[in-house]
Parts: sequence; structure tokens; C-alpha cells
Amino acid sequence: MNATERRIKVLLGKPGLDGHDQGAKVVARAMMDAGFEVIYTGLRQTPEQIARIALEEDVDVISLSSMAGSHIPFCRKLKPLLEANGLTDKLWVIGGNLPAQDHAALRELGFKGIFPSGSKLDAICDYIRSEVK
Amino acid sequence: MNAPQKPEMKKVINESGIEVKPLYTAADVEASGGMDMVGEPGQYPFTRGIHREMYRKQPWTMRQYAGFGNPADTNQRFKYLIANGQTGLNVAFDLPTQIGLDSDDPLAEGEIGRVGMSIDTLRDFEIAFDGIDLKKITVSLTINGAAAILIAMYLAMAEKRGYDIKELRGTAQNDILKEFIGRGTWIFPVEPSIRLVGDTIEYCAREAPKYTPVSVCGYHIRESGATPAQEMVYAFCIAKAYADDAIRRGLPVDEFAGRLSYNFNIFGNIFEQVCKFRAGRGLWAKIMKEQYGAEKPGSMWLRMIAAGGGGGLTFEQPEVNIVRGAYYALISALSGTQTMALCSYDEAYTIPTEYSARISLRTMQLLIEEMGLTETVDPLAGSFYVETMTNEMRKKMEEIMAEVDAQGGIVKMVAEGSIQAKVSAQAYGMQRKIESGEFPKVGVNCYRNEQEEDHPVEFHPYNEDDARVQIDSLKRIRAERDNAAVTVALTRLRKDAAAGTNVMPALVEAVKAYASVGEMTKELVSVFGRYQEPIRF
Repeated sequence: MNATERRIKVLLGKPGLDGHDQGAKVVARAMMDAGFEVIYTGLRQTPEQIARIALEEDVDVISLSSMAGSHIPFCRKLKPLLEANGLTDKLWVIGGNLPAQDHAALRELGFKGIFPSGSKLDAICDYIRSEVK
Repeated sequence: MNAPQKPEMKKVINESGIEVKPLYTAADVEASGGMDMVGEPGQYPFTRGIHREMYRKQPWTMRQYAGFGNPADTNQRFKYLIANGQTGLNVAFDLPTQIGLDSDDPLAEGEIGRVGMSIDTLRDFEIAFDGIDLKKITVSLTINGAAAILIAMYLAMAEKRGYDIKELRGTAQNDILKEFIGRGTWIFPVEPSIRLVGDTIEYCAREAPKYTPVSVCGYHIRESGATPAQEMVYAFCIAKAYADDAIRRGLPVDEFAGRLSYNFNIFGNIFEQVCKFRAGRGLWAKIMKEQYGAEKPGSMWLRMIAAGGGGGLTFEQPEVNIVRGAYYALISALSGTQTMALCSYDEAYTIPTEYSARISLRTMQLLIEEMGLTETVDPLAGSFYVETMTNEMRKKMEEIMAEVDAQGGIVKMVAEGSIQAKVSAQAYGMQRKIESGEFPKVGVNCYRNEQEEDHPVEFHPYNEDDARVQIDSLKRIRAERDNAAVTVALTRLRKDAAAGTNVMPALVEAVKAYASVGEMTKELVSVFGRYQEPIRF
């Protein structure tokens, strides 16, 4: 990263009650190695908490890691909160155990980057770098 | 098709950090410490197994992890598995139940019945185990944060059905320290969480002496990034923390140590895994005998479920996971486990369907019925390689144990988050090795199908209606139960928690009055507070 380049700031959240954080922590480390500033929330975040942290920390990217299947109901609650906080110009990304049949619904809910299990760490970081202007 | 690059005679280091040689002879066995720790099966130090006859007498218990939706749905799945030859149950709870929330808690929305069955009150347990003979089929409850409550509920349910609690067998996972490292279904801070585990150990030692109140899990620590040697050592350190608590209460070691059990993972190099278990058995026996002064052989036994293998399964080419699962089952059988369960091939996608669960069950049955795995105890004993590697794994484990001690012990490391940071750094390192191809993974970094076909994975359907049914049922119970008795029991629970009295009798009383999991958890939170996760990288 050259010194004049602005550091990309990423919120990495663990939504809902899911306790599987191995993947989220691995992705957080990859993002840090890629030069991003990472705000990792820890487990059990509510949609309200995610929206508040995203606003307060003024992040460029709002990313979620979901492994236990509740991604659609969670994102349904999160979307209006992000909109109400004026965070629609941020990049919304989600990764984890996301069946292909749910990808269209996640896109409709505003998640532009979808990284199901099996995605490569560099692919995630490259995507974020290319999307955040 | 691109095979991984393997130059001739490249130095091989296993995941635990031990070099693997291309040839082992009797001289290697001698140089690594000889056969002193091998002994005979069923005799100290139990390296070769905790029973002399092992599977001749009784094959391993088959205990596939199962549970979803409402208790009635899960009861059907239990009966299906039993009808297909399963010999024990391994109960999956949904996340609200696991972290002590009622189904009508706003935080539970969208999560009810999703990754396990939903339990609010004793009524749900009555339905879940209806028609199942609890003497013939032992039940393992995969519950941790809310374990004391669910153990009380299980004992109350069994008692109500007429079983003698003194004779009741069964297991609760109830290993909260590993939940802080991986899996994450904690509720209370570290110290009161350990105290609750101690309450269950003490209560069961007195009231339900054949019940196994704790199954200490190296499993999830391995899934979180630990090496096989670390997996076993961290589990031993955790078990020692629980044992120390029990001893502080004045319980003699031989009154509870025989009811401690373990849960370990089985993915990876076959020989490293088998030697991990052989070495671990000897080391644990030595710890219990020399450090804790245990006298009964049962107190020195490393009783275990060697199972799962989820971390080894792949999202890519999921059908190949059926074959991986078969090798993992072989590892488990060669390791002398008491209980086996396999992650199903579709585990990276969904909770198992009847179809995938049955394949896992058949995999284990093949080993018993066709492959001769039950005929002779510890069949790999005496191999120059296996005996040398067993000695080297034990030495490696002793080194790791000394490191933990030097850092102030496992409880301190968990509380400050240093062990979480360590294993997660290792998980990241491993992921990078997989992505670079340095650590071969078939279907992932070699032998990929460039045109990924449609995965032949059928998703277990999630029924949105289950939540409504569960909430209605909870409301009905709240309206019908004796609410004065509930209040009395919950008040006693809070008082006992605050006074440092064992909370199990109060929990049993509350459960019998049909107090809900959420109500009991709230009382305990009011005294203990909630855990705050240390975030460290």
C-alpha cells in the first residue's frame, strides 16, 4: 500500500447467535494482511449493533460472517437499519455458509459481495479493494 | 487434473510438528523411549485401550448428532436413527436453547429450531424422548452454556418416567471452557461458568453417579485451529481445571474422575491421529495417578467419543466426503474409542438429512460387520512406526502442557483471550497453506473439477412454522403451570447462586415446576453477569 492511499476500513460482524467464528477470524487476519483496518465485532451482534458500529466507525465496508443459516432473516432486519443510517453508499458483503439458492435474495437485500464457503481469502480482499473507491 | 507437487524424499513434518521418517525400525522405538508406556490393554497406563476385550465385548456406541425443529420433529428423527441401528443419541439444540433464551425472546427470532431442536421447558423433553428406552439408548446432550439447566431437565424427565436416577446413564457435553475458545455458546463469565460445571460434577457424583456430567472437548479447539497434539493437551488442561474445582469442594478424586469423559476430533493423517489417542491415554492415566492420586482404574481412563471430522470435510466435491468419513471412522476404530459419530458428507452445507445421516451410520456399521475392526484390541500396537510416533506424540504433548503451565494455565489463557488468538493465528496459517497448495486438499487445491457440477446435496428444509408452534406451546405452558411454584423455585435458584450453594437442587425444582430455560438463565445472569468476549488478534 502506498502512503497516499487511504486505508480501507472494514466492519466484520458476527450476526445473530451463531458461535462459529473460526472463519470470521481467518478472514479478519487476511484483511489486516491486505492492509485494511478491520473492526471485528465478536459474536452475537444484533442488527442494531451492526448498524450503530458501522455508522460510528465510518467504515467503507460492512461485512458479515454467517455459518448457522439465519442470514436471510438477519439481513432482512439489517437492511432498513443501514438505510435509515445513510449507509447505502457503503459496500455490503456477506460470507459463510450461504446456499446458492439464497444468493439472489441476499443481493436484493443489498449485499453486493457474496462469498460462500470455499471462497479464497485473496478473492475476498481483491474484491473489496476493487469495489471501494 | 493437477497432482500436488511432491519432490522425492521431501522432509515431512506432521501437523503436530513431528518429523515423519520414511522408515522406522526397532532402533527408532528404543531411541524414542522404548515400550515402557505401552503395557497391556485394560491395564495402567492404558495406552493400548481402557478395556482388555474392547470391541469383542461391545462395539463402540454409534451416536450421530441429531436434532432440529420442534421436539416432536426431533423425536421422529431419533426413532429413525434407532430403527437404523444407532445405539445412542447425540442431541443437537438450537442456538436460543444453547445460550439460554426462550423461543419468544426477540433475540431468538429466525434461529428457532434451525441448527438443533428447540427446548423451553420440561414438556419439550418429555416429547423429545417419548417412547425411547433410556436404559437401552444412552443420551448425550450437546449443551454447554445452559448445561446445568438441561442436565437438571434430563434427570427430572427420566425420574418422571420412572427411571432410577442412581442407575441412569447418559452424558452432557458441559465443557464451557472450550466454548470460549471455539463454538461460542457461552453465557456467564469464566469463573462462574467453571463453578456451574463444578456444581453439576458434585451433584451427579452424589445423586446420579452413573451419569457423565462433562465431556471435555478437544474437538472444537482443533476445529478452531489447534494441532492434534494441542487439541489433546488443551482438553487435558481444561479437564484439570474442572477436577481442581471438584477437589476444592472436598470431593475425593475417585468419586468423580471416573465420570469425566472426552470428545476428540479425527481428521488428518491416520497415523498421527491414532498415535495421538494412544499417547493421550497414557498421559492422562499418568496425570490422574501421579498428580491427582487416583487409585481406581476408572479414574485414570481416557473415556472418549472420537468423532466428527468436520474440519477435514470440504465444500468442494461433497460426495468425496463420504470417503473421507469412512477413513475417519477407521481412525476412530483403530484408536479404541468408546463412542463414534461422523459428520455427514453434506455437513459443510446443511444439517444432515435422513439420507446423509444413514450413510454415516452405515459407514460405522461396515467397520463392525464387514471389516474386522471389532475383533482385536489395538491392532496397530507393536508397529515400529506407531510405537515410535506414540512416544514422540506423548513427548510433544508434555512440552505443550509445560507451555500452558508457564503461561499461567488454561483458565487464565482463556480469560485473557491468548489461547483464542493462538489457535486462530494457526487457522489462518493453515488456510493460507491450503490456498497456496502447500497443504494438499483433494478437490480444493488439487484434483479440482474445473467445471464444478451441481452439488448433489439435498438441503434439510427449515420450517418457518416451527417457531410459531414452539412459541404457542411455551405460552400455553406458562398459562397452565403453577406459577406460584415457579416463582418460589426461581427465587431459591437466585439465592443459591448468590450464596455459592450448589444450584442443581434449585434447578431440578424449577425444571419440575416447568420454569423455562430463559427464566432460569435470567436468574443466573442476575447473579453471575454475562461474559464479555476478549477480542485479540
